Amino acid sequence: MLRHDAIIEVRDLKKVYRLGKLDVPALRGVTFSVAAGEFVSLLGTSGSGKSTLFHIVGGMLSPTSGSVRIDGQDLAKLSDSRRTDLRKMSVGFVFQRFNLLPTLTAEENIRIAQHIAGLAGANERHFETVIRILGIQHRLRHKPFALSGGEQQRVAIARALVNKPRIVLADEPTGNLDSENSRAVLDALKLLNDKLGQTVLMITHNPDAADYCASRVLHMKDGRIAPVPRGPNSQ
Amino acid sequence: MVQRLVFRNLFHRPVRTGLTILAIAVEVMMIVLMVGVSEGLLRESLRRTRGVGADILIRPQISGATITGADISGKLPDILRQRFPEISHAMGATVFTPGNLQTVTGVDWGEFDDMAGGIVIFEGRPYRDDAPDGNPSFEAVVDEIYARQEGVRVGDGIELMNHEFEVVGIVETGKMSRVFVPLGTMSELQGWQDRYSQIYLKLSDSTGSRSLIGQLREMMPNRSVISVEDFLALTATSVRQMSSQFVNIIISIAVAIGFIVVMLAMYTAILERTREIGILKALGASKGQIGSIIMRETLVLSCVGIVVGYLLSVGGQRLIGVQYPLVPVILLPGWMAGAAVLTVLGSIAGASYPAWKAAAADPCETLAYE
Repeated sequence: MLRHDAIIEVRDLKKVYRLGKLDVPALRGVTFSVAAGEFVSLLGTSGSGKSTLFHIVGGMLSPTSGSVRIDGQDLAKLSDSRRTDLRKMSVGFVFQRFNLLPTLTAEENIRIAQHIAGLAGANERHFETVIRILGIQHRLRHKPFALSGGEQQRVAIARALVNKPRIVLADEPTGNLDSENSRAVLDALKLLNDKLGQTVLMITHNPDAADYCASRVLHMKDGRIAPVPRGPNSQ
Repeated sequence: MVQRLVFRNLFHRPVRTGLTILAIAVEVMMIVLMVGVSEGLLRESLRRTRGVGADILIRPQISGATITGADISGKLPDILRQRFPEISHAMGATVFTPGNLQTVTGVDWGEFDDMAGGIVIFEGRPYRDDAPDGNPSFEAVVDEIYARQEGVRVGDGIELMNHEFEVVGIVETGKMSRVFVPLGTMSELQGWQDRYSQIYLKLSDSTGSRSLIGQLREMMPNRSVISVEDFLALTATSVRQMSSQFVNIIISIAVAIGFIVVMLAMYTAILERTREIGILKALGASKGQIGSIIMRETLVLSCVGIVVGYLLSVGGQRLIGVQYPLVPVILLPGWMAGAAVLTVLGSIAGASYPAWKAAAADPCETLAYE
């Protein structure tokens, strides 16, 4: 299951939450890898542990055991500030609830990621390319409340991509959208993967969304990567 | 961009931002006006002492600036004039302090006018030392500021030392006292016949005052003989020391109010923006960057609050000048700067905990915050 050219490498990852005196396992030994330029969907129902996996792979949560290597760096061996640097430079996040800053315009929401990374004014051509691919050129001066859900999510995708991260992690990016906007967002992610070679790990509970744009779909169940379900016609 | 975020955050909640600025402004105003009133009263008192025109003061051996009672012999001015020909004027005065920060001075108007080099009378005339029937004269002269504050005009009656006095003149301010009565009348009323509270000496050549002071001290070892300039300096030091404790308490209260208001405002701000802090953390913002956003907001609030505080101080100074002319307020640039420094430090201290809490927030928890 592990690949030699992996940009994301997860080995025997376990996470146990302690609720009072109760141990609740969320991940029970997850192992998989994603190659550079791949679009992988992680499909699972609610409670399958996929969001926990998203946070650990994004360096926002520490695992109980196991290892995660992002672009060759073992997250467990990184200090808090190095993990922050990793989030800043190597990983772009797309969330289900868009998570735009309400006081900033769409353009400012994108550019603030550049400022945080100390890349203000850099990558202008990339910025232009991304907003053109996402089709939000004419919405840059609007604040989030003036944008549709689909537009907000495309702004969030632009923000995730503006610093040329090695990986984009998307957590239920279509979870708050109607079918039309969902399709537009998935098309945008697929286009970015095709045109820019952007590595994407998308977490979703929606099989259609998972199948629509991913080159590979991993199934999660009860905190583990489950075998691919076999359809009635499969041999 | 971060600066833009800071300003947008502040404008996002205008009422909270406005109230915080107002609280900081009141803090600045309290400090500036409290010190201004304290210094204004002191300087006005010193100005009036200097306005008598004397070179040397003879007073009882007391430590404070305020005299109560009269125990200097009434014959002393004549004795001194005879013994020391360099004394051109020697004048005794009695002082009564009613207890409202003001003093009533008993003085021979002719001698006083002579020593002060002429006192401008805006309205009325000087009082008579004795009534036409030979009894004590119950006439008084007040300065223009007293007249303005108390709404007194020539011909009005004022109560002093439990007696009704008729105001017969309104004079310029800045000369010895605000309320003057005939020397004999005050002595009669207070039982201080032929005694003075203090004696003012004016020399024909003031450069010889040091030598004369030495001789007078030998002659009167149980009296305080001091040049007016030294007296002013000593009084200033002594009064500032006495008032400093009170002023420090007020300043501490003001800074504490600012600290608490800023802490509360920034704490509620970070609670409200918990999710936004999570977003910034997910984008890779370091603890320093998150903390710096909170601190920058605090500094903007402080700076605006300081400017508004200065404006309120100027407004307060004018209002006090109109409502209470007897209470002079001096806005001291040094203390205005000091108030700004104290306010900024207090605000930074107040914002430290919210900034630390925001910086230390867990990105997963903050992103999950509803």
